[in-house]
Amino acid sequence: MLSNLGNTILFINIFLGFVIIYLSFQNIKSKNYVINKNVYQLCLLQSTFIIVSFLILITAFVISDFSLISVYQNSHSLKPLFYKISGSWGNHEGSLLLWVIILTIFSFLFLLLNKDHPHNYRAYTLISQNILIIGFLSFTLFNSNPFSSISPIPKEGLGLNPILQDPALAIHPPLLYIGFVGSSIYFSAAIASMLTNYSGRLFARSIKNWVLISWFFQTVGILAGSIWAYYELGWGGFWFWDPVENASLLPWFAMTALIHSLIVLEKRSVFYFWVIILCILTFVLSVTGTFLVRSGILNSVHSFANDPSRGIYILIFLSLLIFVSVFILFRKFKTINYDLNVNSRETFILINNWFMIFYLVTVLLGTVYPIFTEVLINQKVSVGPPFYNTVIIPVVVIFLIFMSVGPKVKWIKDKFRNLNVLFKILLFSILINLLIVYVFKSYSLISNFIIISSIFLIISSLIDLYKNSKNRDGSKSRILSHLSFGFLVFFIGLNHNFSYEKDFNLKLGEKKFFDNYSLEFKDLQLEEFQNYKSVIGEFKIHNTNRNLEKFLYPEIRIYENPSTLTYEASIRTGLFKDYYLTMSNIDRSDYYNIKFQKKPFMMMIWISVIFVSLGGLIRVFKNAKKNY
Amino acid sequence: MRLNIIYIICIMLNFDILYAKSFNEDPNKIFKNLRCLICQGQSVADSNSDFAKTIKLVVEDKIKEGKTEKEIYKFLAEKYGDWIVYKPKFNFTNSVLWIFPYLALVLGGVFIFFLFKKRGNR
Amino acid sequence: MQKKIIEIIVFFLIIFFIGVFFIGLNKSSIYDTNNLAGQKLTNINLKHFSENKLISEKDLKEKNFTLINFWASWCAPCREEHPFLLKLKEQKNIKLIGVNFKDNKNNALNFIKNFGDPYDDIARDEFGKQSVNFGIYGIPESILINKELIIIKKFIGPLSNEDFNFIKRKVNQL
Repeated sequence: MLSNLGNTILFINIFLGFVIIYLSFQNIKSKNYVINKNVYQLCLLQSTFIIVSFLILITAFVISDFSLISVYQNSHSLKPLFYKISGSWGNHEGSLLLWVIILTIFSFLFLLLNKDHPHNYRAYTLISQNILIIGFLSFTLFNSNPFSSISPIPKEGLGLNPILQDPALAIHPPLLYIGFVGSSIYFSAAIASMLTNYSGRLFARSIKNWVLISWFFQTVGILAGSIWAYYELGWGGFWFWDPVENASLLPWFAMTALIHSLIVLEKRSVFYFWVIILCILTFVLSVTGTFLVRSGILNSVHSFANDPSRGIYILIFLSLLIFVSVFILFRKFKTINYDLNVNSRETFILINNWFMIFYLVTVLLGTVYPIFTEVLINQKVSVGPPFYNTVIIPVVVIFLIFMSVGPKVKWIKDKFRNLNVLFKILLFSILINLLIVYVFKSYSLISNFIIISSIFLIISSLIDLYKNSKNRDGSKSRILSHLSFGFLVFFIGLNHNFSYEKDFNLKLGEKKFFDNYSLEFKDLQLEEFQNYKSVIGEFKIHNTNRNLEKFLYPEIRIYENPSTLTYEASIRTGLFKDYYLTMSNIDRSDYYNIKFQKKPFMMMIWISVIFVSLGGLIRVFKNAKKNY
Repeated sequence: MRLNIIYIICIMLNFDILYAKSFNEDPNKIFKNLRCLICQGQSVADSNSDFAKTIKLVVEDKIKEGKTEKEIYKFLAEKYGDWIVYKPKFNFTNSVLWIFPYLALVLGGVFIFFLFKKRGNR
Repeated sequence: MQKKIIEIIVFFLIIFFIGVFFIGLNKSSIYDTNNLAGQKLTNINLKHFSENKLISEKDLKEKNFTLINFWASWCAPCREEHPFLLKLKEQKNIKLIGVNFKDNKNNALNFIKNFGDPYDDIARDEFGKQSVNFGIYGIPESILINKELIIIKKFIGPLSNEDFNFIKRKVNQL
C-alpha cells in the first residue's frame, strides 16, 4: 500500500513538472508581466507531494514495512527508532528522494522570494529547475526506487550497517544535500539569466542569498562528516582525502569562489560571465561528485553499494547538463570591456578565485587521475594524502597572506599605505611562532610557514575587527569568517604537529609506562545491548607530570545483522586536547592491541569551522533585513 | 637595524629544522602511506585486517634493518604494484598529476596579469 | 575565430572526459596483483615445515617449473583447490612447494593427513612475513615460476579447472 502510494506521488510530481514547464513557456510567450497564479499553486503542490512521499518512506521504515525493498535491505525491527528514521535517507534510493525534495522546495521558494525580478527570468529558472526535477525523478522511479516492493514479504530486514548508526552521520546527508543540491537553483538561475540577458548587479542580488545558504550548509555538512569520521572510524583523523570526501569539497571551492565574485558583480557590475561559469561549475561538480560516489567507479570507505546501471544514468544526465549549459554559454558569451585597477579589492577577490580554482583543480585531478590511468594505460595508481598535502599546503601559506591583505584594500583604487602595519604584524607572527617552537616542540619548515601565516591572518582580522567595531559597515560577517579560517588553519597545523601516538600490546591487569604517561588495563566486560554485544575495556591513563587521571572505555562491538565487528574508540574530549584510545583483539592471544593517541585542539578545529560558516549565515540575515 | 632583526630571526628559524630530523623512520607515518589491499579505501594504519597486521610486522622489521622510508615503499611497490603506496611515484606519466596543478596556478596568474595589462594602461 | 577554436577544444575535452568515465565504469574496482607476472623472485627464506632447514633458491630451481602454493588449514577455499594440486603432483616437469600460512602446526598436519599431500616440500610462514616477499595478500594464492625464478602467472584465489589446464599446458610445452 505504502509502496503504491509512494510510486503514485512520484509519477504525479513528474506530471506536475511537465505542466509547470508548459505553463512557464506560455507565460514567457504571452509577455505577461506577472506569473500566473496557477504556477505558484502547482509548485506548492509539487513541494507538498514530495514531502508527503518522503514522510511515507520514513513511516515505512518506522513501522518496518519489509514489503519495500529499501526497508528490507537497510533496516531491522531491532534498530533504535532514531536510526530507523535516519536509515530512510542513509541509503542510495532514499537519499535520491532527499535530492528531489531539495530540488523541488528550492524551486518553489526561489519563485516565491524573487518577485522583484523579471518574470521571464523567473520563468526560465523554473523551467530549467523542473527539467532537473523530472530528470532526477525519472532516475528515482525507473532505476533506484525506494518504493519498489518485494514479494513474498520477508519477515525481517537485513539491517543497517552499524557504522552508519551515528548521530553525526544521520544529520550529515540532509545538511550536505541542502548544500550541493541547493546549487541547482543558481545553476538554473544562471541559465535563465543568460537566456533573458538579465545580468549585472540585479542578477547578483537575486542569487546571492541562495549561494550563501548553500555554502553554509555545505560547510556544516562537511564538518558533520569529518566529526563522524573522527568519532566513528577509529583512527583519530578527520580528513583522509578519500574520493567521497573530495566529492563534497569540490563544490565547496566553487561556492566559495562564487560568493566572493558575487560581491564584485553586485558592487561593480563586472565578472558577470565568470559568475555564470562558477554557477554552472558548482552544480556540475555536485552531479559529478554524485556520479563518482554512487557509480562504483572509485574505491572508497564511504562508497554506497555498487550498481553500474546507476553510473550510466547519472553519466548521461551529467553529459546533457554540461553540453546544454556550455552550449548556451558559448552562444551568449560576449567580451565586456571594463576598468580594473590592480590596486583594488577586485584584484584580491580575483586572487581568491585564482587560488580556489587551484585547489579545485588539484583535488579534482587527484580524485579522477586513477580512473584515467586505468582506462588509458591499464595501470592502477593510488593518489592519497601525501599527494594532496604536498601540493596544497605550500600554496595555502601564500593564500593566507593574501586573505589578510585583501580586505584592507579599498574598492576601485588604493594606495599602499598599509605596508608598515603589515610588516609589524608579520614580525609579531614570527615571534609567536618561535615562542611555540621554543616552549613546546620544533616542527618542519613548512609547518613553521603555515603557523606564521595563519597567525598573520588572525592578527590582521582581529585588527580589522577592532577598527570595524566603531563603524557599522556590515563587514563583521566577513571578518568573522576570515578570522575563524585563520584559527582553523592554525589549529590544524598545531594538531598535526603535536599529535602523539603510541601503539602496543597489553594483557588484562598490565600497566605500561611511556613518556609522561602510564596506561593501565584495569577491566574487561561483556555487555549486551539492543542490537549488539560489546566487549568493553576499562583503561586508566595517568599523566604523571600533572598527576591527572582519565578513564577510557574502548569497545569491540559484535553485531548480528549483518554480522560485523566494529572497533569503537573511546574519546575524552577537552577544549584543548582529546585522549583517544582504540582496542583490538589479537588472534589466539590474551593480548589486546592498544592504540593510544593524544590529539590537541580537536574541539577548537570543530568550533573554528562552525564560526567560519556562521559568518555566512550572519550575512544572509543581514541581507534579508535590508530587503524586507 | 630592521634587516638585522630579520637575519637573526631567519637563523633562529633554521635551528629548529635541525632538531626536527629523526634518526629512525617513524613506522606510523609509513603505515599511513600504505593502502590495505583487501579493504575498501583504508590505509594499513587504520585497518585491523589480517593483511594490514602482516604488513605492519614486515615494515617494522625493515625499519630495524635500517631501511629508509623510500626503500620500504620501493620494496612493497615491487611486490604488490604501485597501488599499495598512496604517494604516486614521480615518473613520466605521473608527472602530469604532480605538475598540472602548478601549471594551472601559473596559467591562472598569467591570465589575470594580462587581464590587468589590457585595462591598466590608463 | 578565436572563440570557435576555444569552443571546439572545450567540446573535445568534455567528450574525452565523459568517454573515459564511461569506459571506467565497466572496469572492476577490485585490485589484484595479476599483472606482476614477469618479475623475478628474490629474498627466498622459507623455513621448512618439519625439518630444521631453509628452503632456498636452489630448491626452486630443481625442476623446470615450480608452483608455490600458499595455504592454511583454516582456509575453506584451500580445500576446493586441493584435488587440483594432487593431480599436479603427477606432472613431471613441475615441483610443488606448499607454504603453510599463519597456521597451527597440528592443524596443518591434520589437513595434510585428511586431504592428501601434494607437495614435494612444505614450508612454514608462521606470521605471514615471508609471504610478503612473494607479494601474497590473501590465501589461497599460487605462483607459477620457471627455472630462472621468473613469475609466469599468479593465481589469486583457489585454482580452478582452467588454471589447472593452463599449468598443465605450460609445463608440457617444452
